Amino acid sequence: MKRYLKIISLAGVMAALLIALVSCAGDDSASGESAAAGGDNTLVVFNYGDYIDIETLDMFTEETGIKVQYEQYVTPEDMYTKYQSGAIPYDVICTSDYIIEKMIQAGEVQEIDRSGMKYYDNLDPVYLDFCKAFDPENKYAVPYFWGTVGICYNTSMVDEEIDSWDILWDEKYAGQMVMENSMRDAFIVPLKLAGKSINTTEEGELLEAQEKLKEQKRLVMAYMVDESRDAMIAGDAAMAVIYSGDATVAMEYNEDLDYVVPKEGSNIWFDCWFIPDSCKHKSNAEKFIDFMNREDIAAMNFDYVYYGTPNKAVYDELDDETKEDTTIFPDEEALMRCEVYKYLGEETEKFYNRLWKELKAY
Amino acid sequence: MTKRKMLAGPYLVWAAGFIILPLFMILLYGFTSEDGGFTFSNIAAIADPIHLSALGQSIVIAAGSTVISLLVSYPLAYILSKRTSGKTSTVIMMFILPMWINFMLRVLALQMILANTGILNGILGFFGLEPLHILYSRKAILIGMTYDYLPFMILPLYNAMCKIDRDLVDAAADLGAGRFIIFSKVILPLSMPGVISGIIMVFIPSISEFAIADILGGSKILLIGNVIEQEFNLTNNWNLGSGLSLVLMLFIFGSMAVMNKTDADQEGQLLW
Repeated sequence: MKRYLKIISLAGVMAALLIALVSCAGDDSASGESAAAGGDNTLVVFNYGDYIDIETLDMFTEETGIKVQYEQYVTPEDMYTKYQSGAIPYDVICTSDYIIEKMIQAGEVQEIDRSGMKYYDNLDPVYLDFCKAFDPENKYAVPYFWGTVGICYNTSMVDEEIDSWDILWDEKYAGQMVMENSMRDAFIVPLKLAGKSINTTEEGELLEAQEKLKEQKRLVMAYMVDESRDAMIAGDAAMAVIYSGDATVAMEYNEDLDYVVPKEGSNIWFDCWFIPDSCKHKSNAEKFIDFMNREDIAAMNFDYVYYGTPNKAVYDELDDETKEDTTIFPDEEALMRCEVYKYLGEETEKFYNRLWKELKAY
Repeated sequence: MTKRKMLAGPYLVWAAGFIILPLFMILLYGFTSEDGGFTFSNIAAIADPIHLSALGQSIVIAAGSTVISLLVSYPLAYILSKRTSGKTSTVIMMFILPMWINFMLRVLALQMILANTGILNGILGFFGLEPLHILYSRKAILIGMTYDYLPFMILPLYNAMCKIDRDLVDAAADLGAGRFIIFSKVILPLSMPGVISGIIMVFIPSISEFAIADILGGSKILLIGNVIEQEFNLTNNWNLGSGLSLVLMLFIFGSMAVMNKTDADQEGQLLW
């Protein structure tokens, strides 16, 4: 008898261990599975970190009874890797335009059924038009926030009002300007200054742009990506080509900073909601996207994130001071000359790489 | 296999996984084109003017930091080797200590010191002096590399000089040699093994350096290390990156051959 007891208890311990092990190993997936298996009233949302007012999620659950499993990621590449691993069946994802374009082309995005959506009309057609660059019929992606690339400058070091990219060739600021250390972002500057498209594939236009960048190089203090924010905050540089989101953060730390989208135009980027092919609760996902478009919810998220909102109903209700904050809502003329990045194809990409390397070696 | 030999097992696994296999993969990538066929073009790509100039820049900066390290370290190592008091080890410790701090942190700290509104200019400004614009230039890269690799020069030099028999110096003096003769005929030749391993241990890591060039050079100066790094990370052309790495490896193997020949006493074992 004693021996049996021993075996039974041993088996019990083993079983317990096994269960613990399985639930540990499958931490993410197990919860995802249960969400999926838990029937109809759940939703797995995948978004950039710190990119939503969490309260809106509770409100969504309260109003619709749909339980939200909220997951976050850092870079779009992270997102894509996790999505592809298939560990969690994401129902709705928010990410950047170029990844969405890639995923649409790969057939990994589902069409959104807008028939049940009440608040889609809150979205400003202007921004929906921009989104057609990567989603030609607005079938797949619903814009959530947008931003630009522009010049952040220190008003205590720059006397004049900046409104053009040509300030980046001004001898006065030699050794005080920071350029974007990423290929396409850097090429925005000379391309737009020459009135060309940032999506040009003309080799002649790109060569001309490279020539301009070479000419500028001796004036450049450094080529930087995220560090440019710190350089601006510290007052090491007078101006920097920078993403509007980074500029907003920098301006919180240093009152002398200002941000402008030059009149020649720039890049405009979008973060959009879309429904991936892993979705198991499509109607819930659509309800969620619609909920995000509702005025009060979009306003809460706007207050929290403070990036450009494509929601016209929210924009109209803003006070004048916010509307005139050109960091998030640039001058209309400049905005109309902004473009969304398009994938240029392998050949142009290779040409770009070559030009970039030549510039760096110059 | 005896039991004692089996203790080397973990190391063998480690070496196979992290040294042999990567080396083999670099060879494989280096000699194949993107569609998988055999080619020498990735190696020949070093003749591209951009790559040649990047390699040239790397050699110049690496040589510069090696020479500066040598000029700074040699007298210091000599003085230290002559003293027998306990303070010597404290001084040596001071040079080794920074090596225990993460290399990235040290470079970032240098960036803060050299920046336009950095600590150095703060001090200069306090004395009413003009600010220096050192950061994001070749000078900054040189300073960073020298600072980072200086201990690699001091230690082998110090080791070599400690081994010099003092009686030889005394004998030379007894026989009427002046200070200069003693130095050039006795001390310098006897310290040569240390000099050579020092040079190699500073020059080799500096020549493939890319992080310092990015952070302190403001990504304006393209070294061969940067080219290779970008081929892997940005352009995704692993074949070309591997091919150029192989060329760089030639320099390393060449130096190792020199080292093996002269460094019979293995002055460098303290570090490697």
